[in-house]
Amino acid sequence: MSTVEAAVPGAEPRSYLQEGRGIRSWIFTLDHKRIGVLYLVSVMASFLLGGLFALLVRTELLTPQRTIMDAQTYNQMFTLHGAVMIFLFIIPGIPAVIGNFVLPLMLGAKDVAFPRLNLASWWLYVVGSLFALASILIGAVDTGWTFYTPYSTETSTAVVPMTMGAFILGFSSVFTGLNFIVTIHKLRPAGMGWFRMPLLLWALYATAIIQVLATPVLGITLILLIVERVVGVGIFDPALGGDPVLYQHFFWFYSHPAVYIMILPAMGVVSEVISVFSRKHIFGYSFIAGSSIAIAFLSFLVWGHHMFTSGQSPLANTIFSALTFSVAIPSAVKVFNWLATMFRGNIVLKTPMLWILGFIFLFGIGGLTGLFLGALATVIHVHDTYFVVSHFHYTMFGGPVMALMGALFFWWPKFFGRMYVEFWGKVSAVVVFIGFNVTFFPQFILGLRGMPRRYYNYPPEFESLHVLSTLGGYFLSIGFLIAFFTLVHAIFRGKKAAANPFGAATMEWQTSSPPPLHNFVEAPHVGDPYDLAGLVYDEASDGFRPAAKEGSS
Amino acid sequence: MSHAPDHPAHLAHHYETPRQQFEAGKLGMWLFLVTEVLLFGGLFCWYAVYRANQPEVFLAGHRYLDKSLGGLNTIVLIVSSVTMALAVRAAQLGNRRALLGFLAATFLFACCFLGVKYVEYSHKIRDGLLPGRHFQPAAEKTGAGRVPVAPADAPPDAPPAPAPADPAPAGAPAPPPGAADAPRLVPSAAGPEGLAPPPTREVAAEAGRKSVHLFFGIYFVMTGLHGLHVIAGMIVIAWLFFRARRGAFSPSYWLPVDLGGLYWHLVDVIWIFLFPLLYLIH
Repeated sequence: MSTVEAAVPGAEPRSYLQEGRGIRSWIFTLDHKRIGVLYLVSVMASFLLGGLFALLVRTELLTPQRTIMDAQTYNQMFTLHGAVMIFLFIIPGIPAVIGNFVLPLMLGAKDVAFPRLNLASWWLYVVGSLFALASILIGAVDTGWTFYTPYSTETSTAVVPMTMGAFILGFSSVFTGLNFIVTIHKLRPAGMGWFRMPLLLWALYATAIIQVLATPVLGITLILLIVERVVGVGIFDPALGGDPVLYQHFFWFYSHPAVYIMILPAMGVVSEVISVFSRKHIFGYSFIAGSSIAIAFLSFLVWGHHMFTSGQSPLANTIFSALTFSVAIPSAVKVFNWLATMFRGNIVLKTPMLWILGFIFLFGIGGLTGLFLGALATVIHVHDTYFVVSHFHYTMFGGPVMALMGALFFWWPKFFGRMYVEFWGKVSAVVVFIGFNVTFFPQFILGLRGMPRRYYNYPPEFESLHVLSTLGGYFLSIGFLIAFFTLVHAIFRGKKAAANPFGAATMEWQTSSPPPLHNFVEAPHVGDPYDLAGLVYDEASDGFRPAAKEGSS
Repeated sequence: MSHAPDHPAHLAHHYETPRQQFEAGKLGMWLFLVTEVLLFGGLFCWYAVYRANQPEVFLAGHRYLDKSLGGLNTIVLIVSSVTMALAVRAAQLGNRRALLGFLAATFLFACCFLGVKYVEYSHKIRDGLLPGRHFQPAAEKTGAGRVPVAPADAPPDAPPAPAPADPAPAGAPAPPPGAADAPRLVPSAAGPEGLAPPPTREVAAEAGRKSVHLFFGIYFVMTGLHGLHVIAGMIVIAWLFFRARRGAFSPSYWLPVDLGGLYWHLVDVIWIFLFPLLYLIH
């Protein structure tokens, strides 16, 4: 090991946060932990931006007529909300923030396989975001985040910078995924077989496979869109001899798997947190692991369910519908295994667990309403209504965002070595949970009653539910503000965190909080990642330590 | 970072053995090649859908491509793959002079490929066969402009010769300025199956020539993206050349040469699919 770490035997090693000061030591770092923090800051900034757009959209919908903006601005706002939230926030959210920080630690490795590629991925993220921001300044896109042709080749707004940004962000995502696959294959320590990996790694592996296989198709689709818009080659625009449904096929071939890029790592987080806070070994390890791979596989076979009403053949519709239903099987396998893990566990209702319980509840609703949308008859009625909007937010917001928040609270002590104030953490989780349901449950009803998505004005009879939804949105934002203040407060004023404050058995908790530059001073012990029985609570440090080593150091 | 004594300089600090680093690099490169295949996969999918729907467009379009130039370029790329493979072998054996020679040869073949491509592209540009709204075909070359008025005329049998041999058919004037907004789609001659009698060969050929701009859209996007990959490969080869000249590679460390070689072979393989799909259509 390097001389720095061995300087004072017995003392706390210098943490990665203390290695180097100044902005250059951060933005050119090759350390996976610092890159994780860089992603944390940039992804959270995008979240705030996307949330602001969402609030503007909801405020506009307070009244049936114009409230605060004209129709064109409204179109731009919901497009920006979608594009920023999807491409800048949720897709990189858990893999790039939590994955970057935790994955090598969970493997007991010093870094990811390709640290330079990792840094390049963050830089690409920054460049892609700048393109997206430039498009907002030049002339915010009004096509919806799906950029459907032929409108996206005709509108006068800045489609090219936005799609260029999404293209670059796609490469950032591919590089992260590629790095994770190689790291998991080649940097697992001796003694950690595939089926002794923490379940978050299985989830990140499945996610990475989708990132690597699906994202290039989005890349070429957006390139073709740009070529059509700039040069006028007939690809997707029927007026030029193109085929607009081809665009939808290409787009959803990526963008349906992309929702699993968002949800799979979230499911991995749930698997970690649920076992720790139920003080019990995870139930059905191999089924949870296998269902991640099954979801990744099935994700490539269901894109056609976005085109049930776009003139697909009835045969194709039937096949896509059946395949869509089959995704419910591995998803349900996970949910039932989580419930079985909690069953007769010693449940500790700390902040991360509250967020994760919120995940299971909301994702359950989101997943079940997905079955309505996969059914060929029902979808004709609810297609392109608020029912779809609500379903999407229950799965993508109730899923990945709740899990990301849970993950941040869970790994925050490891990130920064400080504990947050438990009370305010819990308050934020509860406020967000209530606000979320008040915001989005009315939208199911609106959708069933026929309120179409993306409409600027609506009939007066929908007003009360829209008002309820908007008020819920404000309440929800308050919850997130509390969460952010709680987390930021912890960094500056928080109590010092123990190495293992929650009593988890995965390897990242065997090193100090925050970890030293090379992660581990002494080689970590490779064992069952869910064997919580071997840990005892130590009051002096307010954390857990291995029972076997009691009194030895 | 301080390296342990048994840690060679080319071994990154987070790997334990050179073998681990080698395997990680190889796996990473193969995954990257997978993403490249999927990137081009979208284009091949576009090609397949259009060719299945409007085969006559491709039949009409490929006549403007020069098979012998395309074939020459195919041979050039295959030979460059051979020299790249020999370069990898030379690196493994630690033969620096051979390594430099084979890398230089590969680079020259790549230049040769781009040179032939330049000749082909400039022919197209001269004939106005650029894609999209720049498609302004000289009437004597294509026999059809964008306006569907040209009477049926025998398609040129030979690839366009430099001399304007064919007499200009009547009609087929360049479209008036401002006509670009008019829909340029000519309905597929095939039509929905079972609804109409199959069109005669002449009708199909005529329809194909009218929509031939679709073919050149595909031709330029596919060969253009491939050309960008050739340029990227040349940058990689040049980088390998300069590293090799500094003596960076040895029989115990030749991974970058191997990875560059893999990338170059992929560029080659993509062309091997592009050549028959664009040039050799019947």
